[in-house]
Amino acid sequence: MSDNDVTLLGIRHHGPGSARAVAAALERLRPDVVLIEGPAEADPIISLAVDKEMVPPVALLAHAVDDPSRAGFWPFASFSPEWVAIRYGLARELPVRFIDLPAAYGFALAAEQAQQAQQAQQAQQAEERLALDPIAVLAEAAGQDDAERWWEDVVEHRTPGADADPLAPFEALAEAMTALREQPPGAPPLTGRRDDLREAYMRQQIRAARRAGHRRIAVVCGAWHVPALSAMPTATADRALLATLPKKAKTEITWVPWTHRRLAQHTGYGAGIESPGWYHHLFSTERDTLARWMTRAAELLRAEDHPVSSAHVIEAVRLAETLAAMRGRPVAGLAETLDAVRSVLCDGSDVALALVQERLVVGEALGEVPSATPTVPLQRDLTRLQRSLRLKPETEARELVLDLRKELDASRSLLLHRLRLLGIGWGTETRSAVNSTGTFRESWQLSWDPEYAVRVVEAAQWGTTIEQAAAGKVVELAAKAAELADLTRLAEHCLVARLPAALPAVMRALADRAALDTDAGQLAEALPALVRALRYGDVRGTDSSALDGVARGLADRICVGLPPACTGLDADGAGAMRTRLDAVHAAVGLLEQGAAAEEPDSLADRWAAALHGLARREPSAGPATGVPGLLRGRAVRLLLDDARLDSAEAGRRMRLVLSTASAPADAAGWIEGFLSGGGALLLHDPQLLELLDDWLTGVSDETFTDVLPLLRRTFSALEAGVRQTVGSRVAAGPFAAAEPGRTAGPGAVRAEPLDADRADAALPTVALLLGLRPAAPAAARPLIPRQPDRGNDR
Amino acid sequence: MTTTTPEVLRQHAEDAFAAELAALAAQDERPRPERWRLSPWAVASYLLGGELPDGTVITPKYVGPRRIVEVAVTTLATDRALLLLGVPGTAKTWVSEHLAAAISGDSTLLVQGTAGTPEEAVRYGWNYAQLLAHGPSRDALVPSPVMRAMADGKIARVEELTRIPADVQDSLITILSEKTLPVPELGGETQAVRGFNLIATANDRDRGVNELSSALRRRFNTVVLPLPATLDEEVDIVTRRVDQLGRSLDLPELPGGAEEIRRVVTVFRELRDGITADGRTKVKSPTGTLSTAEAISVVTNGLALAAHFGDGVLRAGDVATGILGAVVRDPVADQVVWREYVEGVVREREGWKDFYRAARELSR
Repeated sequence: MSDNDVTLLGIRHHGPGSARAVAAALERLRPDVVLIEGPAEADPIISLAVDKEMVPPVALLAHAVDDPSRAGFWPFASFSPEWVAIRYGLARELPVRFIDLPAAYGFALAAEQAQQAQQAQQAQQAEERLALDPIAVLAEAAGQDDAERWWEDVVEHRTPGADADPLAPFEALAEAMTALREQPPGAPPLTGRRDDLREAYMRQQIRAARRAGHRRIAVVCGAWHVPALSAMPTATADRALLATLPKKAKTEITWVPWTHRRLAQHTGYGAGIESPGWYHHLFSTERDTLARWMTRAAELLRAEDHPVSSAHVIEAVRLAETLAAMRGRPVAGLAETLDAVRSVLCDGSDVALALVQERLVVGEALGEVPSATPTVPLQRDLTRLQRSLRLKPETEARELVLDLRKELDASRSLLLHRLRLLGIGWGTETRSAVNSTGTFRESWQLSWDPEYAVRVVEAAQWGTTIEQAAAGKVVELAAKAAELADLTRLAEHCLVARLPAALPAVMRALADRAALDTDAGQLAEALPALVRALRYGDVRGTDSSALDGVARGLADRICVGLPPACTGLDADGAGAMRTRLDAVHAAVGLLEQGAAAEEPDSLADRWAAALHGLARREPSAGPATGVPGLLRGRAVRLLLDDARLDSAEAGRRMRLVLSTASAPADAAGWIEGFLSGGGALLLHDPQLLELLDDWLTGVSDETFTDVLPLLRRTFSALEAGVRQTVGSRVAAGPFAAAEPGRTAGPGAVRAEPLDADRADAALPTVALLLGLRPAAPAAARPLIPRQPDRGNDR
Repeated sequence: MTTTTPEVLRQHAEDAFAAELAALAAQDERPRPERWRLSPWAVASYLLGGELPDGTVITPKYVGPRRIVEVAVTTLATDRALLLLGVPGTAKTWVSEHLAAAISGDSTLLVQGTAGTPEEAVRYGWNYAQLLAHGPSRDALVPSPVMRAMADGKIARVEELTRIPADVQDSLITILSEKTLPVPELGGETQAVRGFNLIATANDRDRGVNELSSALRRRFNTVVLPLPATLDEEVDIVTRRVDQLGRSLDLPELPGGAEEIRRVVTVFRELRDGITADGRTKVKSPTGTLSTAEAISVVTNGLALAAHFGDGVLRAGDVATGILGAVVRDPVADQVVWREYVEGVVREREGWKDFYRAARELSR
């Protein structure tokens, strides 16, 4: 190291070995100032790090004031060398400073690059060159193909001996990095512009510390930067370089709580680490690291009902140690440990291992920040929105009626919906007393609770704007959701809160859950809600093509799974299933409304085929062997209504069911299913009525008593007028099968011929009411196109 | 070891690869556990393949994760018994044979597990003529392969451990925990000498198996042999095996084979993993194991169908029957799984129209 007053401690961000080494080195050095690689704006809030309410993992969050979505995170765990250095300095009341380029410049640089498309490409090339991982190169030089493993062996797993020189590892590492960064003259530079600027800025800060009279300066920075900081060029050159910096973006910085799970993701400080929980264990455990780890794993597995004994733990430790020896590693690393856990503790099962992986290797630790921490950008975004949408946070409740066709009201609705997703129940949706019809109107009850400020801080972990945070939270909820219905509700929320960013994740979870759900009934319950959401999305202009795809997938699964699910149901089950059948039928109709009807194998066709299948599954021996009559009758009726069966075929089916061979109870159920939701059919087709009449008069006395309640229920559900007419026709005597096409049979009370002219006069008005073009003569069945194939040929 | 002649249908591993084993032993300088022919490192390289400093090429015996072999060899070195688990066609027996050959130079100390395996096969039996003539003595005792392995410090192998009745399985407990086999009739015992260990193989997803008691299970380190990791790997395995089988069954070479093999393997993998190959759609998994071995038999079946009853080209219809038979083991639940797969995945897949039609035809 070039100057004896400056000591550079090159580290890798987040590493227990590095953290220990830094602690030991600082003890030896006894510096009078500690400089740390990190955004320079954070200096004013650095002292919060020793606040007793501060619990790592935490992160520094910097964001541009005018655009909170431009933000950067610098996470710290207890085993981060930077964190160790900060705590060391603050505990001894030394000045501690962050010396990296301020985040404000970083945002400005990023904006500048985005503006200049050409440069962006160059920058990308520079990035690619930088993608050369210095540790991978060193590992290769050491003859190891696995860089991570090599680094762990030589750095992270080392526990320095009492008499060893704590500075020696840093010197060795600096030397290696210097060799790596040495380039033959003329070769393309290894570093990009951003790195050059950062290193120049850091050098300037070191100079400033020296000017301030500090004599023992400790610098904690990424090992890669060590050579650039030790070989100091002239201050003038650095100043000239830094003069090229763009104008600072106005930036704010604060501490936010962080989690081990987030540490494991790729954020902020270089790459994420895969095993924060393991590192934490290495850092916090002084002796018997492996044995203690295995014991924790055993405790975890026992709590989850895996029988694990102490003998298992002993064997696992032995296996891990022998494996390490076999692989030529100094101590057992994470790979050996997990291999041993899998083979000994988990009986080779990857499922149990996944549990260890999730709870112990990654870990669930959640950080906390002191209450004195500056406000988070999310609060700022909320305040901004409240101002621009003219919604004051007031504690007393008040009503708010929104007309979603107006832009301001639509934005207000979005804000309220999003806040509700974040658990900030500022607005509660109510049914307005004034006018609640129509999907474009929403009524809210507003009441602000001061406690919501805390919720805003909690929500900061999901994002820096209300939209981002809501989307982030929905994604997390979607991953955790257990029930299909929860997910469909989330999908609905995504649409009303317009969170397109979260929708793909919800859709994915929804599709996955639906694929694995074996209960066709549940699927059938989820579909109508989804289709409703689709309709609602249309009103709001949200893009819902993904939702459409999922809904269709769901409908397909129902088509396959429903017929078997309807088999062998008791009366209650059949009743519940009938409601679902109707709901799914309506939903499929809605789904297919927009689609091209001419498609040969459309969803409607497949659904019709499923209904045909359902109608055919008669019980062969006892009610448990087939679909109950109620559902079969219903299926025939739905097909008839859709003109996928003609009335002659329906009559044939009815005759079969009502023939003596089938059980009277089943037949009565069939009739109920067939007639529910409109009995006018019996008036239009006298043949059907005659069949029914014949059957009923033919039923034996005891059986009649059995089926009477069922029939009574069926007929009492019919419209009063229809019931009366049916009654009077039956009373009027024998039916004649002649003139089946006529509206009224000969048995009818009034048999006056229709006056076609007078009827025609009313047609245009009826068409207008139905929203049809008056030219269409076939106004009777407007929405259901007749299909050339009946679907029963599959 | 018996001397083998070229007429033998299949040679033991230690004979077939004698040259490789000798080369490895000659250059192996690492410490060897007692009575091991090779050091653990050399055993691992014997299984995984590689090139020795003198240029001898070691063919890979096991293609798969290196981790698996390392854990297996290490387990045997720590004197814990090794249990290899996996569905059919994952090379369990193959790995166990080669491990025994490399460590003890003898892969013949084998107990084949069946529902009728008696206790004598695991412990010892008696030569009744001797027993009646001279009374109980060591000479009248017929040692099992396990007992011989204990006496000689070698590796014993138990195939299909879970097929063995539970009471016979449990006679292994004493052997594995106390490392001794008592012979109460003679008032003595056979103690295992260093170098003895046991490799068992088992199929955990089959039906009609006897679960291991937890007391026995505790004596084993378990290594699960995974199914081939990638589509290409599995297609390669199936193609090679189908070729060999086809030749021995004198089936003519048919066009269209490569494409259908890929399709069969794709269907098997997707249903087995519960997710489509593009990773975008989840599907339900049927109750069957859908192992690589079954994929091989589906394809050979299809080849026979196409050659004898078809037009000489392997077509979608020829394999569809076989796939349906492998997938639908439970007539109700699996039928739904299969139809969902056909309607949800196959129907929309580019270039799979013929297969969709064939599948629809069948599941009517």
